[in-house]
Amino acid sequence: MAERALSPKTPTASARELMSFRLGTQMFCVDAIAVKEVRNWSQATLLPRSPSYLRGVINLRGIILPIVDIGVLMGLAPNDATDDRVIIVVWVQKRLVGLLVDEVCDLVTAPQEAVETTSDLTGEAIHTIVRELITVEGAVLGIISLEQVMPRREGSSA
Amino acid sequence: MSNPDESNWIAPEVLSGIRQQFFAECSDHISVLEAGLLELSAGHNDWEIINTIFRAAHSIKGGAATFGVEGLQHFAHELESPLARFREHHTFPSPAAIKVLLHAIDLLADMTRAALDGGCLAQDQIDSCVRELSTIEHAPIAEPASQVSKRSGSDNAFEDIGFVPAQAEFVEIASEPQHFRVRFRPHGELYARANDPLPLLRALKRLGEAEVTLDADSLPLLSELDHNEGYLFWTIDLLTAHDEAQIREVFEFVEQECELEIVCISSVAPAPENSLSPQKPEAPPQSNSPVPTQTPTSKGTQLSSTLRVNLDRLDRLMNLVSELVISEATLCEYAPPETDTHPNFPKALDDIKMLTRDLQESVMAIRAQPVRTVFQRLPRLVRDIEMATGKEVHLVMEGEDTEVDRTLIEGLNDPLTHMIRNAIDHGIEDAATRVKAGKSQKGLLRVSAAHRAGRLIVEITDDGQGLDRERIRSIAVERGVIGAEDVLSNEEIDSVIFQPGFSTSEKVTDISGRGVGLDVVNRSVQALGGRIAVSSRPGLGTTFSLSLPLTLAVLDGMLVSVCAQGLVVPLTNLLETVPLSTENLLQLGANTELLAIRGRHVPLVDLGALFEYRPPAPIKAEGVAVLVEADTGQQIALIVDDILDQRQVVIKALDIDTHPMEGIAAATVLGNGRVALILDINAIVALRRPKGTPAERLAADG
Amino acid sequence: MSENKTILTVDDSPSVRDMLAAVLAGAGFNVVQAVDGREGVTMLKGLDPDVIITDINMPRLDGFQFIEEVRKNPRYSTTPILVLTTETSATMKNRARSAGATGWIVKPFDPEKLIEIICRVGV
Repeated sequence: MAERALSPKTPTASARELMSFRLGTQMFCVDAIAVKEVRNWSQATLLPRSPSYLRGVINLRGIILPIVDIGVLMGLAPNDATDDRVIIVVWVQKRLVGLLVDEVCDLVTAPQEAVETTSDLTGEAIHTIVRELITVEGAVLGIISLEQVMPRREGSSA
Repeated sequence: MSNPDESNWIAPEVLSGIRQQFFAECSDHISVLEAGLLELSAGHNDWEIINTIFRAAHSIKGGAATFGVEGLQHFAHELESPLARFREHHTFPSPAAIKVLLHAIDLLADMTRAALDGGCLAQDQIDSCVRELSTIEHAPIAEPASQVSKRSGSDNAFEDIGFVPAQAEFVEIASEPQHFRVRFRPHGELYARANDPLPLLRALKRLGEAEVTLDADSLPLLSELDHNEGYLFWTIDLLTAHDEAQIREVFEFVEQECELEIVCISSVAPAPENSLSPQKPEAPPQSNSPVPTQTPTSKGTQLSSTLRVNLDRLDRLMNLVSELVISEATLCEYAPPETDTHPNFPKALDDIKMLTRDLQESVMAIRAQPVRTVFQRLPRLVRDIEMATGKEVHLVMEGEDTEVDRTLIEGLNDPLTHMIRNAIDHGIEDAATRVKAGKSQKGLLRVSAAHRAGRLIVEITDDGQGLDRERIRSIAVERGVIGAEDVLSNEEIDSVIFQPGFSTSEKVTDISGRGVGLDVVNRSVQALGGRIAVSSRPGLGTTFSLSLPLTLAVLDGMLVSVCAQGLVVPLTNLLETVPLSTENLLQLGANTELLAIRGRHVPLVDLGALFEYRPPAPIKAEGVAVLVEADTGQQIALIVDDILDQRQVVIKALDIDTHPMEGIAAATVLGNGRVALILDINAIVALRRPKGTPAERLAADG
Repeated sequence: MSENKTILTVDDSPSVRDMLAAVLAGAGFNVVQAVDGREGVTMLKGLDPDVIITDINMPRLDGFQFIEEVRKNPRYSTTPILVLTTETSATMKNRARSAGATGWIVKPFDPEKLIEIICRVGV
C-alpha cells in the first residue's frame, strides 16, 4: 500500500474513469464515479406539459427517478425508446437522474492529460452539455457535464 | 489550553514557515472578500459572489483556528455570521451593510498584519466593528430554530452531555483511581461508518488498567449470521484515575450506534486481589440483567417504562411499513374476484388492510412528538418580525401538546414561518390604523394545532385587515394568473394567492424574503400529503389552515387512467363518477363543454389535453367524468379514459423543478411498480383552461 | 503502531494542509494531500489510505459530498473518515453521521488529540 502513496508535496490527479455510451451513431461518456447503476428502459410515467427532454419518471426501488432524454438536450432527435434502450442512473447534485441512452459501451480510464475543454465551440445546445472531450484509443468522446443535465429552476428552494 | 506552538510534534522553524503561509493566504482571502463586496455594491447580485465571500471568511476563520490566532478567529466569525445568513436566506446585503462589511474587512487586514508582526489592535476598535456587524440585516433566524426543535425533540444521546468541548483541555486527574464497569454493545450501524470496537477497547486500555471480557452468547449460527448486525458484547473492568466523562469520550463518535453503560463500582482503590478478576463478571450490582433496554447511564436502577430507540432503526421500520402498504395494494390489485371456492378471501384481504393501517398508525405514534417543539420558536420569530415591521402583535398559541410525527414537525417549520410573516406583514395593520378602525392597538395572532377527523389541523388566524381582494385581483390579472374578464367568487380570489407567479410584495422586504411565495409553501405542504386553505373577512382578519395527515405520507384516492398514465384523485376532493353520454354532455360555443348533473352544469376538463399527453380533440360523449370539488367549493368534471379503483397510496415527493407542474401534488408507486401522479385538484380548478387554446379563458358560469 | 500507514488529507487551504502534514508526518504517517473533494475522489483511484481526513468547506465538492461519494464505493466502507470542523453542534454531528463520517476533529486541533482520535478510529 505504501508504495502507491504519492509524495505529499505533489498530488496529481492521475486518471479519469469514464463510462461510455452510444446515442445513435455518436459516442459520449460520463464520469464513472457519478454513476449509481444502469438499468433497462421501462415505460415511464409522463409528466404534464413537460419539456421534450424530460421523458417522465420511473420508480427506482421507491425513489421517483426523472428520465432525461440526453440526446434531445444535445439537439438530436428524441429517442425512440425501444425496449432495448438503457438508462444510466447518475448523481446530479445530490439527486438521482436517469439518462436515456441507446446502449452502454465500456468503462474507460484515461489520463487527465487526454481531456480537453471545448471552449472554442459556440452556439449549439450541445455545448452546454458537453464541455470536455476525451480521446481514447483514437476515438473522440464528448464528456457529459452532469450539472447541466437537470438545472434547478430560479427561485426554487435548494 | 494546548497550543500548537508548544507542541513537540512540529519543528519550530517548520511551524513558523507554515504560519507565514497562512497569513499570505489570509491576504488572498481578504482580496477576494473585498472584490466580491465591491461587485455586490455595483449591483451585480450573484449568488456565487455570496458563496465565494462566505467561503473566504470561513477559510480565514478555520485557518486562524488551526493556528491558534484567537483574536483573528473570533473576528472572522463575527464577519462570517451575516454572510452565512445571506447565503442561507438567499438575500443580498444592502448598501449600508456593504459599507459595514468593507470596514470590517479593513480591520481584518489590519489584524492580520498585526498578528504577523506580533502586535494587536485596539480592542474598542474591534468591539465597535463587531457591534456594527451584528446589526446587519436582522434576517429571521430559521437555522437555530430547527436546531431547537431537533434538540428538544430528538433522541440524540449527545444532548444529554452537552457540547463536547472544542479543544481537549488539560484535565485534572483524580488522585485516586476508581473502578468502572463499562458495558459496550455495538449495533450493526456502528460498523457502517468504519467504526471498529477494537481501537475503542484499546483506547480504554490506555486510560488505565483494563480487563476486557467478551460476551458472544448472542452470536447466532453461521448460517443465520447477518454481517450487518452486531452480536458481540463487551464488559470492561477499568481501573483508572480518569473520570466518567473521559471514559465516555472514547465512545464519542459511536454513542448513537451502541448501548453504553458506565458504572462506577467503587471509588476506593480496591485491593489488588479482587479488583480485576479474570472470571466472567456477574451482572452489574444495580440492575436485573444486562438487558440493553435500560437507559445507558450509570444511575439506571430499574427497568424504565420508556425505551431509547435508535432513530435510524425507527426510520427503517417506517419505511418497511410504507412498503407494506404498497405491497398490500399490489395484493388487492391482483386479488381474484370473489368465488365460491375462496369465499373467505375478500375478508382476509380486508383484515390485512386493517392490520396494515393499524400497524402504520402505531409506528407513527412511536415517532409522534408534541408540536410544542415547533411552537416554541414562534414567540422569538414574532418578536423579530414585530421589530422589523414596527407592528405590535400579541401571540396566542393553542394545542401545543398536539402530537404529530417527527418528520412532519420538521416540515411544518417553513410553512408556519412564511404564513406568520405574511399575517404580520400584510394582515395586521400598524397600531395607528388599528386604533382608527376601532381595534385594539396590538394585533392578535393565534396559532393553534388540533386533531380533527384523523388529520392534524394547524390554523394561523389574525385579526387584521383581511385579504385585499381588489389588490389580489388586479395583481393576478397583471401577472397573467387570471384573465381580466374572469369572474371569481370571493373564495376563489382568496385562493389565487397560492398560485405560482403571484406575490404581492412589490419590494423585497427582508421579512418576506425574495422569491418565496405562498405557492412554495403550498407545494411543501402538499409534499407532506397535506393541504392549505385560506379564508378571510375584509376588515376582520384572515385564517390560514393547514390540514396534514396524521398517518404521514398516505392518501386515500381513486386511481384513474388518462392516456395510459395512472393518476390519483384524492378522495377528499372526489364527489362522484359520471359516465358521459349524449344526454349529459352539453356543448357551449366552440370550445366549452359542460356536464349536466342534477339540474346544474359543471365545466368539463379534458385532462389528457390539459396535461399535454395528447393533442386537444373534441370531447366525445363516451368515457367517464370524475366530478371533483376544490377547497373553494368550485366543481369541475375531469374527463378520464378509465376508472380503476379506490386505494390508499403512499405519497412520494416529486422533486423535479425544471418546469412548473401545476395540477400535480406529488407521486406514488402503484402495486405494479409504476409511478402514478397525484392530482392537485385546487390547482386544476384554478387553471380553468378549456381544451385546445391555452390563451382563452373559460367564460364565467356556475 | 503508525509505521507506514497512509493518511489522505483533503483541505483547500494550503497552510492547513501543511500543518496537518507536519503533525502527521511527525507521528510517522505517510501523508497524501488533495486540494478539494473532487481531487480527493480522483486520488482515491490510485490510493488505499488507512485514514481520510477532510475539511468541510471546500469548493467544487464539499466535505460531506466527498464523504458520500467515497462511501458509495464498497472498497472504502471500512476506511475511517474524519471530518475537520470548527464547530461541534448537533447539526454538524448529524450531518457528518449521515454523510458517513466516522468521527470529527475540531479546529483548533491539539496535535496530541488529533493523533489520539486517529488511533481511536483504528489506525
